[in-house]
Amino acid sequence: ALRALCGSVRGLAAAPETHFGFQTVTEAERREKIYKVFESVAEKYDVMNDSMTLGIHRVWKDILVHKMNPSPGTLLLDVAGGTGDIAFRFINYVRSVRERQLQQKLKHHQNLSWQEISESYQEDKSKSLGDSQVVVCDINKEMLKVGKQKAQHLGYSEGLSWVLGNAEELPFDDDMFDVYTIAFGIRNVTRIDLALQEAYRVLKPGGRFLCLEFSHVSNPLLSRLYDLYSFQVIPVLGEVIAGDWKSYQYLVESIRRFPPQEELKAMIEDAGFFKVDYQNLNWGIVAIHSGFKL
Amino acid sequence: GRAWLSHAEPWTRDGRREEEEEEEEGCYQLYPGHIPTSPLQKALLAAGSAFMGLSDPSRHDMVAVLGETTGCLALPNLRDKMKHHPEGYRILQERPRIRLSTLDMARLRGLPGGTLGREYVRFLEDNKVSPDTRMPPKFVDDEELAYVIQRYREVHDLMHTLLGMPTNMLGEVVVKWFEAIQTGLPMCVLGAAFGPVRLSARKLQVLATDLVPWAIRSGRNASCILNVYYEQRWEQAVESLREEIGILPPP
Repeated sequence: ALRALCGSVRGLAAAPETHFGFQTVTEAERREKIYKVFESVAEKYDVMNDSMTLGIHRVWKDILVHKMNPSPGTLLLDVAGGTGDIAFRFINYVRSVRERQLQQKLKHHQNLSWQEISESYQEDKSKSLGDSQVVVCDINKEMLKVGKQKAQHLGYSEGLSWVLGNAEELPFDDDMFDVYTIAFGIRNVTRIDLALQEAYRVLKPGGRFLCLEFSHVSNPLLSRLYDLYSFQVIPVLGEVIAGDWKSYQYLVESIRRFPPQEELKAMIEDAGFFKVDYQNLNWGIVAIHSGFKL
Repeated sequence: GRAWLSHAEPWTRDGRREEEEEEEEGCYQLYPGHIPTSPLQKALLAAGSAFMGLSDPSRHDMVAVLGETTGCLALPNLRDKMKHHPEGYRILQERPRIRLSTLDMARLRGLPGGTLGREYVRFLEDNKVSPDTRMPPKFVDDEELAYVIQRYREVHDLMHTLLGMPTNMLGEVVVKWFEAIQTGLPMCVLGAAFGPVRLSARKLQVLATDLVPWAIRSGRNASCILNVYYEQRWEQAVESLREEIGILPPP
């Protein structure tokens, strides 16, 4: 009986420890706390993003999609995609690329009959996205709910699907997607290594991994200003706008906890990606990491 | 409370330990729900909550936050008034709380009409409010003062009862004027000054000519409302309590 007791005590002591902001917690506790944070912020997520970053997060996300430069026919998996910001930008981008393609095609159709031209119009109109598709995957029901509502409100329906899933254990087959993105999500994953391995698994050979995340500011003066803003202003914004100080305190702490650029690059390489590189935005406040599966 | 941990983590910012950041905010919780804040954060909270409270009247939490972040002079004042009064002193020692779980609603309802208990319950039912919706304090950096502001919030409904004011905008403004004189809390002063903005001209007239002067006179005349142990006076007649405190008869 004593041995059994010791065994179970050892089991308790062995629960892997990790961090939640500046607190130390078990992995299970962390997953639960983070779930609750996003459950609580979901409704005001977009408003808060605009307030905290003074709208600049929109530019960061635009840059991510431009860097991706998707062509029509691309199959994108957007993980931790919650309220759909990347997915909607992807759809817009692919639509405009497609429109330009169509315009080019029409320029060359000078000698066709009216019937032939109108037929090609019909065919092209029905594929305004050109078979491109985006799957938005998120672990949090509330965030997905807000995302779906937004999609309906903004008129996005074609080529878009919403899946409840965990970045550490994706509900998809191997070699499925052309591009995998995770924007401001990987910081909230408890086992980043597992998420990166899953990203590698579900990408097709030749597929691209793109990660947009808060990172490390090396300039000392800027870093102090950034810290001042993060710790003094952001939780206050959280309290005033969303009535939720604690979630935004967690946000700024979790940013400080996250690996800086080079460390994340090494982790991505460890997962098997090649040609891993990163691009700093706003002096490292945010960075885009990219890698390829060969 | 929370413990800030200072063991080295592989990903901490180079050359900066986490403690540097935490020290600005204070390292410990003084009471459940307490969020320590730096002076800058308090200033930002005060400004933000004032703005938000005015632009979105449904944000009662913003009014509460405003009260906490601006009460640094008024609250110690109130606490001292309580300390120097026998009944107030007892309240500070015993820390009674007014909530549905501690009140015997059935007994209060059974009391004769005109008593504090009966009229309080009638007020709660007529206006469909509950004492449990008062926000617990978060940003007061002293555990005793946190109780004082909590007590002030929980006694607010009793103020309505004693003043005979309903919970519509007009009634709330009148109570705010009374409370502003009584407590000196900047939040009450602001509420009293800006509350009328949303009232119609007719109501404003009644407010200006009858209600506010009466509220001010009563506020001045009355002894400190936090020095009354209401929970021991449910059977007392409202009239008699009014006289005892010094609240003038309503117009």
